[in-house]
Amino acid sequence: MTVTTPNGFTLDTSGTRVVVDPVTRIEGHMRCEVNVNDQNIITNAVSTGTMWRGLEVILKGRDPRDAWAFTERICGVCTGTHALTSVRAVEDALGITIPENANSIRNIMQLNLQIHDHIVHFYHLHALDWVNPVNALRADPKATSELQQAVSPNHPLSSPGYFRDVQNRLKAFVESGQLGIFKNGYWDNPAYLLPPAADLMATTHYLEALDLQKEIVKIHTIFGGKNPHPNWLVGGVPCPINVHSTGAVGAINMERLNHVSSIIDKCIAFNRNVYLPDVVAIGGFYKNWLYGGGLSGRSVLAYGDIPENANDFRAANLRLPRGAIINGNLNEVQDVDVRDPGQVQEFVDHSWYQYAEPGKGLHPWDGETSPRFELGPNAKGSRTNIENIDEAAKYSWIKAPRWKGHAMEVGPLARYVVGYASGHEDIRNQVEGLLRTMNLPVSALFSTLGRTAARALESEYCGRLQKHFFDKLVANIRNGDESTANVAKWDPSTWPKEAKGVGMTEAPRGALGHWIRIKDGRIENYQCVVPTTWNGSPRDAAGNIGAFEAALMNTKVERPEEPVEILRTLHSFDPCLACSTHVMSPDGQELARVKVR
Amino acid sequence: MSQIETFYEVMRRQGITRRSFLKYCSLTASALGLGPSFVPQIAHAMETKPRTPVIWVNGLECTCCSESFIRGAHPLARDVVLSMISLDYCHVLMAAAGHAAEAAMEEAMEQHHGNYILAVEGNPPLNEDRMFCIVGGKPFVEQLRRAAEGAKAIIAWGACASYGCVQAAKRNPTQATPVHKVITDKPIIKIPGCPPIAEVMTGVITYMLTVDRLPELDRQGRPAMFYGQRIHDKCYRRPHFDAGQFVEAWDDDNARKGYCLYKMGCKGPTTYNACSTIGWNEGVSFPIQSGHGCIGCSEDGFWDQGSFYNRLTNIKQFGVEANADQVGMAAAGVVSGAVAVHAAISALKRAQKKTQDKVEG
Repeated sequence: MTVTTPNGFTLDTSGTRVVVDPVTRIEGHMRCEVNVNDQNIITNAVSTGTMWRGLEVILKGRDPRDAWAFTERICGVCTGTHALTSVRAVEDALGITIPENANSIRNIMQLNLQIHDHIVHFYHLHALDWVNPVNALRADPKATSELQQAVSPNHPLSSPGYFRDVQNRLKAFVESGQLGIFKNGYWDNPAYLLPPAADLMATTHYLEALDLQKEIVKIHTIFGGKNPHPNWLVGGVPCPINVHSTGAVGAINMERLNHVSSIIDKCIAFNRNVYLPDVVAIGGFYKNWLYGGGLSGRSVLAYGDIPENANDFRAANLRLPRGAIINGNLNEVQDVDVRDPGQVQEFVDHSWYQYAEPGKGLHPWDGETSPRFELGPNAKGSRTNIENIDEAAKYSWIKAPRWKGHAMEVGPLARYVVGYASGHEDIRNQVEGLLRTMNLPVSALFSTLGRTAARALESEYCGRLQKHFFDKLVANIRNGDESTANVAKWDPSTWPKEAKGVGMTEAPRGALGHWIRIKDGRIENYQCVVPTTWNGSPRDAAGNIGAFEAALMNTKVERPEEPVEILRTLHSFDPCLACSTHVMSPDGQELARVKVR
Repeated sequence: MSQIETFYEVMRRQGITRRSFLKYCSLTASALGLGPSFVPQIAHAMETKPRTPVIWVNGLECTCCSESFIRGAHPLARDVVLSMISLDYCHVLMAAAGHAAEAAMEEAMEQHHGNYILAVEGNPPLNEDRMFCIVGGKPFVEQLRRAAEGAKAIIAWGACASYGCVQAAKRNPTQATPVHKVITDKPIIKIPGCPPIAEVMTGVITYMLTVDRLPELDRQGRPAMFYGQRIHDKCYRRPHFDAGQFVEAWDDDNARKGYCLYKMGCKGPTTYNACSTIGWNEGVSFPIQSGHGCIGCSEDGFWDQGSFYNRLTNIKQFGVEANADQVGMAAAGVVSGAVAVHAAISALKRAQKKTQDKVEG
């Protein structure tokens, strides 16, 4: 019954099978099945991506300058990051360089996304795994006020009256009998550990963050015209700069820059006064719940991002770190080369696709995809009414990417582990400061809470970086450079007959790469390997389990019918399923059609 | 089942004064473009109506509609969720998961049969036994059909639910299918856009709650109040179009002066939406204001109309014989006036796809 995977996890499929489907408070559709033993410890975990949209099939034959708009629609939560990756891939293929101002503006937008996404994730997708809003009704607002002032003396919203107002509103909401989004939560579950005062503080911040997030994104609106899904441009950014002369109202002018600056300050203040103190305060009550490390202490990967100077993607020029760590050896951070056909490869042995050569891994430039939905012989239910997945066979719409054969974790924690191990000064200071404050050893980092804390630290760091690139943008404008786009190669007649390129970013959820082949001015092949493909990966041919699966292992579930612990750990990755399930068919064949209705 | 409180009662119980409530009603009226005479009607509706249950389901999509929804500024997302509607099932925000989530939805469907609004984000794929999108082990389309049965009306959020959007672009490998082709026996309100503007989303819901009827729809099923006019009709750069002043290349002097983006491929002349009037994210900007042409994301099949940077052909400017280039060269000397403008509008109308038949406001 038990088997040990090559990446060091002992799986036991006896015991009770627990199914969570749909997994909510994520982007897209996923299913999770686990086996728990008689002590309710998870002994086997299975993560299934339950959607596929086939965007890269659709991209074939299109104008590469349009690809950003298509790929941006891979995900509306991490909106913009696919677009940035796409324009980088096209620019890489065609040898297009961008102006410094465009680099600064892109960095500000990408950092803005990190901050927005991290805050929305923590408060609106993740908090309800730790915070019990119903319990907040029992709080004494005075106690909450004292707590607030203790954990965050600089946050202005901290009076007893303020918390009483929020509590009254919550009370009315609950008493109305229409519980809305809070309905059927596991509010009696003993896994919730916060005292009422802290529950009220955190629930209040749920609402504050909801109000704030619509402000944060206005930076995207200013530079990209809207959010979600701002506009981008191959060769630079679409917004011109005009701070001196006629017509400035139609361009980035002083008023626009001032608006951006005020939002950056709001982000910095919220990170420092609310988000980080909340993570420390809430985390303090869950210090003994250090499950969920999974691959984070063993195998992590980061491509790096936020180039200090334009057009230079060498690791030394990136403000978010690049590197890979395998086998838990934090003393050796390996360099990552996404062009190397031997490094990033995707496998489909347990995914609902087939390769011409089964068992083989393919580099994205040579990727192939042929969807094939089939359940294994031990699955329960039917093809269109699945009761239990058979993980020994194909079981997910997500492929299994591997780095030099290793299943890897990506995301804020991976970035912070790589940064910490490689001596990144800002990251090291932040991590050591947090561990000291919470009186925890470094090993505590490798956990569900560590993942959640790394995201908060990163949000704070990105806030500072956002300010840095804003200052840089303004200094450059002051020095007389208003350029935002390089149009020398805008016209397809200037392009080579064939070209290939790769674009990389660190999306909020982790390492993101787009690989493109261009032929005769059209997209010949397009492939995305995205963060949740790494983290949500199913098993590979060798039997390595993916990051979600690994992180769930050995966790105690208080009440298997109320799987709040499973949600905690899955949510700590901030899964994005629409992102994870995009693959390119090189021959772009039309799939069988069925009739509507 | 306990008696359901009215919207007004809930607001009052949440500490909102009568005075604030009336102010809110007048803001709502102006947000909907209804004018002050509607304020008492809105107030009356809110005083007598319980919070309307909303079941929100997700098919193949990217969640940009949910994200846009929570960007709402007037009303605030928190007020929508806590006071205006009862969001009884919402994959993205709800606390419960798995069986508990499904149970919440079943209960809401039973309890409010015939009275809830079904909001659909994304669309169902029909290929591969419909298993390109699986919810609770079953095809998403089954959840959609089941939820539609007891719905009073269906809101199709965004381009995905309305038209198919990006996954339905040419080749459409999953056979992603818009909602109205799967559900044919219910009123469906399409709120296209990728995503729709937040205040348009909440504006439509507020309209239904307060005026207690479906908004007036155009022939494509879009609310006329928000989709009745082209971006171009109300674009602040329109005078530059009329004057023949165009951006010729990205970041050229004309771009910095805020000239018209028509030659850079702007689809404003063929796109019906409220971007150039309501604006995005509390009116901070909209695509054209930030220097990129409109990509036409609220129009059916906008992914398959050639490159976003291809200039619209057949859009005449002054008089049916001149195109933008000729006008650009001749610049200000060209005739203008009501007749020529009318001719231009006529030409625009011909350029519309026939599916996009729209009554002029």
